[in-house]
Amino acid sequence: MSSSSPPRIAGAILTVDDVTVRFETPEGPVIAADDVSFTVKDGEFLSIIGPSGCGKSTVFNVIGGLLTHHEGTVRVAGETINGPHQSIGMVFQEESTFPWRTVTANVAFPLELTGMPKQKRIERARYFIKMVGLDGFENRYPGELSGGMRQRVSLARTLASEPKILLMDEPFAALDEQTRLLLGDKVLQIQQQLRQTTLLITHNITEAVQMSDRILVMTYRPGKVKRIVDIDLPRPRTSEIVGSEAFGRYVAQIWNDLREEASRGLRDEEAHVLHHEAASS
Amino acid sequence: MSAGAPARGSPWRAFAPAATGLGTLIGFLLVAELLIRIGVINRFIVPPPSEVIESFGRVIVEEHVPRRFLLTLSECLTAGVMITVFGVAGGVTMHRYKLLQQAIETWVAALAAAPVVLAYPLFMVIFGRSAWTIIMIGFVAALPPVMLKTLEGLAGTRKVLVNVGKSFNLTQNQQFWKILFPAALPTIFVGVRLGLIFALINIVGVEFLINYGGLGQLINDLAERYDLPGTYAAITFVILVSVVFFMALEKVERWLRPVD
Ligand SMILES: Nc1ncnc2c1ncn2[C@@H]1O[C@H](COP(=O)(O)OP(=O)(O)OP(=O)(O)O)[C@@H](O)[C@H]1O
Ligand SMILES: [Mg+2]
Repeated sequence: MSSSSPPRIAGAILTVDDVTVRFETPEGPVIAADDVSFTVKDGEFLSIIGPSGCGKSTVFNVIGGLLTHHEGTVRVAGETINGPHQSIGMVFQEESTFPWRTVTANVAFPLELTGMPKQKRIERARYFIKMVGLDGFENRYPGELSGGMRQRVSLARTLASEPKILLMDEPFAALDEQTRLLLGDKVLQIQQQLRQTTLLITHNITEAVQMSDRILVMTYRPGKVKRIVDIDLPRPRTSEIVGSEAFGRYVAQIWNDLREEASRGLRDEEAHVLHHEAASS
Repeated sequence: MSAGAPARGSPWRAFAPAATGLGTLIGFLLVAELLIRIGVINRFIVPPPSEVIESFGRVIVEEHVPRRFLLTLSECLTAGVMITVFGVAGGVTMHRYKLLQQAIETWVAALAAAPVVLAYPLFMVIFGRSAWTIIMIGFVAALPPVMLKTLEGLAGTRKVLVNVGKSFNLTQNQQFWKILFPAALPTIFVGVRLGLIFALINIVGVEFLINYGGLGQLINDLAERYDLPGTYAAITFVILVSVVFFMALEKVERWLRPVD
């Protein structure tokens, strides 16, 4: 499945080709991503799922152009990238709002860079603030908002730059389950409204099945592509499909794939700890 | 200063810390007064607090305290502007050129700990017995905290914020002005506040040492005249000024930092 050079898919807006990333650590080289290849079609919602430490964020950083010491290529609409690309918008795993800017000023940030006049900027920012459901909080500072609201500010800020491809690295990982489900609905709604091409990185199976057209499952160390699963669930979707039978089948199938990897990861970490304990005693 | 929110409903709770503080101070003064009156402490070395308080009005009117205060204040502000400009610029330069940082960071930190006042004869030779000697000593003594805090603020900018900037394709300049600098601003202000306090201490100290200028010189004068209650009144005045100064800066700092 993870064979090299997938066939060029017509309409592929993002092509990841044989990407390998190696980190040198004091304990020897770590291969964080190994020959990762996949494509994302225009308007598609693809999720990458995999156990913790398998290299998801690494792939995210390579596609976002923040990590450049990789092998292989990443192409956006045919153009090979070697640095942050205009067409790609990133939402990070960590909290990333600017605490010194109000919600509006945060969201207007990318518009400021394009030199859009102030009045227009504020109008545009309002539009995206409303889209993520934060109207009424325009003049608040991030410090006055909850974690979930701040993540929505980050999302709105990235959306305001109108990226061709939206890249999200576990944007809701730090949130509680209810907030996560509600935000998932919000993202689905936005995706359907904007027909936004989206690459979501997650380790939450429900989230992935609920939102995706396809799900890419990664293996644990080295992080390879284990399988790509098509999710044939009708759209538009909401969190209500979570209860359906077809949904359950997909979850079970992916959990099956993932369980192997996750337990391998766990064993690996335990061995690591034992090794350290042995070394230090 | 006080961390917890004042408890609602009970006014005593809200004022308890301040009242306890004031009470402790008054208690201390009463004990001192008593010890001096019964002769445990020699009143020719330490005047009784009551006499110090009495001489307050006299010192303020007769010794032109308002004029001296303005003089010391203007020295502080001049030094303050200088440490802000040069300290922030220095910190930014150290941040930008890692080699420079590695080369001088330790020295700057050492300078922060050094008693710069002791070098006052050198400054006298260069600047003469003038306000500039005083200002320059205040400046040199107060520069390190501003530089170091600026560096700390810039270097401590969360990586993810820098990455957000990169993902939006910011230029080096934009990255600095739109992300690093605002992120570092609260820390920079802590440096400036520390610097101003260092400057104030050193400026009053040098005024005292070289017997020139504002409040420090007044203390020197009064001590030389052996007007002990007056001397202590002047010292108390300087302390009060410092405290008010410190509290005002804290207010400004909190206002500059709307949220965390
Ligand atoms: N800068 C780095 N230097 C050395 N090793 C790194 C570095 N960044 C990541 N790694 C290693 O690469 C592997 C993959 O890391 P990555 O952050 O991509 O995992 P992840 O799948 O995003 O995990 P999580 O789900 O916990 O976020 C890990 O084993 C990690 O230790
Ligand atoms: Mg990660």
